[in-house]
Amino acid sequence: MSLAEERPQTRQAPVNGADILVDALIHQGVEVVFAYPGGASMPIHQSLTMRADQLRTILPRHEQGGSFAAEGYARSTGRVGVCVATSGPGATNLVTGLADAKLDSCPVIAITGQVPTAVIGTDAFQETPIVEVCRAITKHHYLVTDIADLPRVVKEAFHVATTGRPGPVLIDVPKNVQNATLDEMPDFDPPMYLPGYRPEIRHAAPEQIKQVLAAIRRSKKPVLYVGGGAIHSDAAEELKIFAERTGIPVTMTLMGLGAFPGTHEQSLHMLGMHGTEFANYAVAEADLLLAFGVRFDDRVTGKLEEFAKHGKIVHVEIDPSEIHKNKEAHIPINADLKETLRALNAAMTDDDIPDIAAWRKQCADWKKNHPLRYKDAGDFILPQYAIEELWRQTQKDDVYITVGVGQHQMWSAQYYKFDRPRRWLSSSGLGSMGFGLPAAMGVQAAHPGHTVIDIDGDGSFQMNIQELATLHCEDLPVKILLLNNQHLGMVMQWEDRFHAGNRAHTYLGPVHHPEATGKGESVRVEDAYPDFVKIAEGYGIKGRHVRSKQEFPAALAEMLAADGPYLLDVLCPYQEHVLPMIPTGHTVRDMITE
Amino acid sequence: MRHVLSALVMNQPGVLAHISGMLASRAFNIDSLAVGETENPEFSRITFVVAGDDRVLDQARKQLEKIVTVVKVLDVSQEEYVERDLMLIKVSTKGGTRSDVKELTDIFRGSIVGVGPEHIMIEISGQEKKLEAFIDAMRPYGIIELVRTGRIALTRGAESAVGD
Repeated sequence: MSLAEERPQTRQAPVNGADILVDALIHQGVEVVFAYPGGASMPIHQSLTMRADQLRTILPRHEQGGSFAAEGYARSTGRVGVCVATSGPGATNLVTGLADAKLDSCPVIAITGQVPTAVIGTDAFQETPIVEVCRAITKHHYLVTDIADLPRVVKEAFHVATTGRPGPVLIDVPKNVQNATLDEMPDFDPPMYLPGYRPEIRHAAPEQIKQVLAAIRRSKKPVLYVGGGAIHSDAAEELKIFAERTGIPVTMTLMGLGAFPGTHEQSLHMLGMHGTEFANYAVAEADLLLAFGVRFDDRVTGKLEEFAKHGKIVHVEIDPSEIHKNKEAHIPINADLKETLRALNAAMTDDDIPDIAAWRKQCADWKKNHPLRYKDAGDFILPQYAIEELWRQTQKDDVYITVGVGQHQMWSAQYYKFDRPRRWLSSSGLGSMGFGLPAAMGVQAAHPGHTVIDIDGDGSFQMNIQELATLHCEDLPVKILLLNNQHLGMVMQWEDRFHAGNRAHTYLGPVHHPEATGKGESVRVEDAYPDFVKIAEGYGIKGRHVRSKQEFPAALAEMLAADGPYLLDVLCPYQEHVLPMIPTGHTVRDMITE
Repeated sequence: MRHVLSALVMNQPGVLAHISGMLASRAFNIDSLAVGETENPEFSRITFVVAGDDRVLDQARKQLEKIVTVVKVLDVSQEEYVERDLMLIKVSTKGGTRSDVKELTDIFRGSIVGVGPEHIMIEISGQEKKLEAFIDAMRPYGIIELVRTGRIALTRGAESAVGD
């Protein structure tokens, strides 16, 4: 018997649980999964090979990379991102990605292999009770014990992940369920059974729309405070119509960047701890705060009692538990934002347009007089400059930007102006270092023809540096702009501000180096550690170092023009702080600008 | 302020763990929690006594409702309702106190469900205050051990307040 006969490439009855699972994913329109195999998920991978023509499988080099890639796919498309791992350590490696997706309301489905049902609870090899572990960090979770439940569970998982406030769903599938068989393919569209889940699109009541319009009409200093909800509900278009018609200035959260064009004259850009001075001044003075798709996160509000204390608050939010959670709303509206904006736009008459010319001038003056700024550093490449230059070179192209977590993330939020939604991918709520590179993989898989750039820091980059192999092996031409300052910059900044500059494990070179104890003058080029370009080379990826501002624009252009993946290692001074900064629990009056 | 919440939940493994984990991780103050199957075996009813102001209660209710396996949550204490605790208590009858204990049990409308040479076991139900008073009444005789259910509660009226 030939090998081909031994391993049939088409499925014949009976079909097993793994086949059903994979076909159920295809039925849901999944086109790519990020899957790392292991003992308890092997049947799923066998089935994936048989459907390779319909469903691409990308092998990350760490399950965490797979989970962030699934997020990258989901955040940039709005569709479900899928990752697969084996039981035990494979499953626990997904935990950070699931927690990340939960906090940023990201539709991700994680499928984990599990030990056979007969040995669940016996501390079997590679057994973890992953459903128990993930209860609090998923929107919903399943342990499938019967092959007959698989089509319904997959259908429900997609429904729960994508409706209402999106979020991650875990499906744990024991190996014996994967290997169990049915005589024929089941119905992939069975009835769902979710009596406790009612995410029907919620509309604002007509009286609420009237109330909001009345509040706008009476306001003298209104501000729009827009968050990730605007992106999840695809409300960018309606938001732009609403903002332009009313003339109300718009500030966005880290999650909301791109919901309203960053280059628009009404944009006040980001607010909060590292938001612009003008956004924070505007919110502090506002007499009406239109809080649309936001959750009054502590990084936005600082001291809660002082936040927008002069303003009446209209809170439009899909998740009822966010309303009144941190801040009491005067007009609470539990509804879909896109639908609410449509209703507002439809009901608005010329009489509702507020007379806010003086306020708009005030905001424009703040914007002019207190811009984001950084000092000239000669031929050194400041991270702020590098990002601004990247924006200059790519603003006409429709590029996607991912980031890690820390200073480079905040500078990217400040200096790259996003004009469209879903182009900016940042681990915002959880703040997971190592997010940038694998997320970029997911974006690139979803948007093969687009330029995808991971702006990363050297700390974050090393947390998932193994994914360079995935870029090379899976033909994902992600560009990496590495802002390498040899430090954990954000923690270092807090050391400088709040701990008298005492370096506590924030230097990333050898411990005997003077910088490790804060006794160095600056990092010398020859001390830079590790050699990222050599590492990239080892993975088969092109790259170069750049250390001179004069050489930077050309080096950047070279990166952007590269066909395949590319790493540009930019050595930056570490002395820079992200400014402005409102220290934790403080107010706009305590803003540090120097 | 104490409120009695009644939650109708899917009768599945892990639901109670999910709910109690959520309440604990969000630092809600739960005085008691009782769970049991309902008239429909697909659903269980969980009764909570939550301490906190209206804002705490509002959050607790919304966070409970967000759990996919939680079908409906009702603040029973906002309605006309009946609440009960059940207690089993073993009391020493050394020194010939059995008739005294029995008399007190009758007064409190408890019933004796077990008798030993030097102790008896009493079953008693009622509102929390009544049970507290009975415990105080038994203390002088020597309480050997006791166990109490959490609060259970139902609204008055012919219709089902939680289930549809």
